[in-house]
Amino acid sequence: MNESKNAVIDQRVKEDYKYGFVTDIESDTLAPGISEKTIHYISGKKKEPSWLLDWRLKAYRKWLKMKEPNWQNVNYKNIDYQDISYFSAPKKNELKSLDELDPELLKTYNKLGIPLDEQKMMNGIAVDAVFDSVSVATTFREELKSHGVIFCSFSEAAIDYPEIVQKYLGSVIPHTDNYFACLNSAVFTDGSFVFIPKGVKCPMELSTYFRINEAKTGQFERTLIIAEEGSSVSYLEGCTAPMRDENQLHAAVVELVALDSATIKYSTVQNWYPGNPETGEGGIYNFVTKRGLCSGKNSRISWTQVETGSAVTWKYPSCILKGDNSVGEFYSVALTNNLQQADTGTKMIHIGKNTKSTIISKGISAGKGQQTYRGEVKIMKSADNARNFSQCDSILIGDRCGAHTFPYIDVRNQSAIMEHEASTSKIGEDQLFYCNQRGIDTEDAVSMIVNGFCKEVFNELPMEFAMEATKLMEVSLEGSVG
Amino acid sequence: MLEVKNLHVEVEGKQILNGIDLNVKPGEMHAIMGLNGSGKSTLSNAITGRENYSVTKGDIIYKNESIVEMEPNERALAGIFMSFQYPTVIPGVNNTYFLRAAVNAKRKYNKQKEYDAASFLKFVKSKLKEVEMDSKYLKRAVNEGFSGGEKKRNEMLQLLCLEPELAIMDETDSGLDIDALKIISKGINNYKNKDRSFLVITHYQRLLKYIEPDVVHVLIDGKIIKSGGKELALELEEKGYSWLES
Repeated sequence: MNESKNAVIDQRVKEDYKYGFVTDIESDTLAPGISEKTIHYISGKKKEPSWLLDWRLKAYRKWLKMKEPNWQNVNYKNIDYQDISYFSAPKKNELKSLDELDPELLKTYNKLGIPLDEQKMMNGIAVDAVFDSVSVATTFREELKSHGVIFCSFSEAAIDYPEIVQKYLGSVIPHTDNYFACLNSAVFTDGSFVFIPKGVKCPMELSTYFRINEAKTGQFERTLIIAEEGSSVSYLEGCTAPMRDENQLHAAVVELVALDSATIKYSTVQNWYPGNPETGEGGIYNFVTKRGLCSGKNSRISWTQVETGSAVTWKYPSCILKGDNSVGEFYSVALTNNLQQADTGTKMIHIGKNTKSTIISKGISAGKGQQTYRGEVKIMKSADNARNFSQCDSILIGDRCGAHTFPYIDVRNQSAIMEHEASTSKIGEDQLFYCNQRGIDTEDAVSMIVNGFCKEVFNELPMEFAMEATKLMEVSLEGSVG
Repeated sequence: MLEVKNLHVEVEGKQILNGIDLNVKPGEMHAIMGLNGSGKSTLSNAITGRENYSVTKGDIIYKNESIVEMEPNERALAGIFMSFQYPTVIPGVNNTYFLRAAVNAKRKYNKQKEYDAASFLKFVKSKLKEVEMDSKYLKRAVNEGFSGGEKKRNEMLQLLCLEPELAIMDETDSGLDIDALKIISKGINNYKNKDRSFLVITHYQRLLKYIEPDVVHVLIDGKIIKSGGKELALELEEKGYSWLES
């Protein structure tokens, strides 16, 4: 590229992270460090039933014996688990209605484009807002309740619906699953809980907005979604964090359970602070465990993720296709710019007969970004006539970034049909020149080409969020050609 | 319209053009003929400002101004269009969307009102007829799954929509069947008028059966070694290029 193009690019790359502000709010923040005392404190704060405290302690004791994994294709500074605060909550927390919400909090969510005032809400979308360790507001609860849909914070669910929580908590991701899931099981603070009863099509989109505000805190939320027989729900999560010099750990767990003929669509637009674009200082470590269980016949779980933020992203939203004829889908766009790293992908475990899975992964690397697709498709002996289609495409922008693909395929049943396609391409000088020759400038050309590349995935997002995702890509990327 | 003066062009350190002189007046059509590797495509890429085609000596004057320092998109906006020999595929980008972005970039540059989606569709449909293209091509991704002939017709469609003053047709006839060749030639002939010029770059004189250049230039080893009228093309067809090489 010539110099003037580079100038355009540099300017774009330096564009500030829009959500980097800090909210000045009085918080109850626990001193850093983790011990059994920390867990007692969190559990006590949330007035949890004793079985849940015991479950946490069991996880903690297990975690102490586990080792942090190191097989991933990302590098990050060692995490000092004693230097993280495991609980932080705005002081004014007990609310009877949304009107009592701290005005600073309302302002924060307004700034993020998420009004919590139901009147001003986007039509047909209910929101759970999680601020540091606690859920601060959940909108449209009453209306949802009239349909039998439960949408509340995890902490409330543990108290109000203990039998459901106890039945499903850890049923898809046991506390022993992996190092970060185990840590989460011990210290998780809040998150969303969704229950869709038999035969109900959830009348609106549900979404949760996660915001990390306090310095030196970790965010360990836990989300549990249960869709009973014949029900369906579409859920979206969004995340942002202030710009800080130190790295912050986000280790969430999301469990989905779909019973017979139920459908869960889970979408993520992840835009955590990616760190300083030049020095790489700060930014979120996004180490998340997400898994869905298609436990019933004809059930369907679909993951769609747009990952543009975080310093390091390390996650594999997966599906266990246990029910016959169940369907698992994974649509992903991951963008790494500047010094960001991502190791992401999915696992599709076929157990039931006639199970189907689709994987569409689009990786975009720009600047010095490093990106890995890692996916596993496993066809168990019992899974007659299983089908999988995988497509993993990477696009490189400039010559300082990297893309890596590690597909694992394990077939134990001869009747399986597997298709795998993969491609890596550089954003073509020829494509850019073609656009330029038609009068389109380089900046617009890059976002046009990249959005075209991501189209199959963006098409899977709910309408409003598809537009948001397109804009987000433009901001994160525009003109980042090197 | 276009004046090329003693143009020397280097591509990745290799000298390709060794002093080209051209003077294309408004309303004229010039044909550049030559064998593979003679520098034909280098000339079109240099005029349109493609990266890595560096002008080491000489100048390119368009509408009385040197354009050597201009960005490729600025040259395009100023009215220079190239029909590509190998039009690029842009997966996932809708053909209409692409075309509208291009036309609107130009309209914005000319301080005209930009087209919205509906008015653009009407505009582009009127142009489709001229290149005998089905409207289904508008819904596809740019050049994706297009045959050779369809790609070239799509280039012609873009030309008609963008209304350039100088159109460079780079090996437009390669990979075309006879029907497509006729459609494209007709498009060129209809488009040409006293204010619009063409630079037609070709290997064979096949295309020149259907369009009438005012001047034919023969390019060998990065130099124009002979210029003449239309009859020169026929002579080349008969005798090949070897009789011109010393």
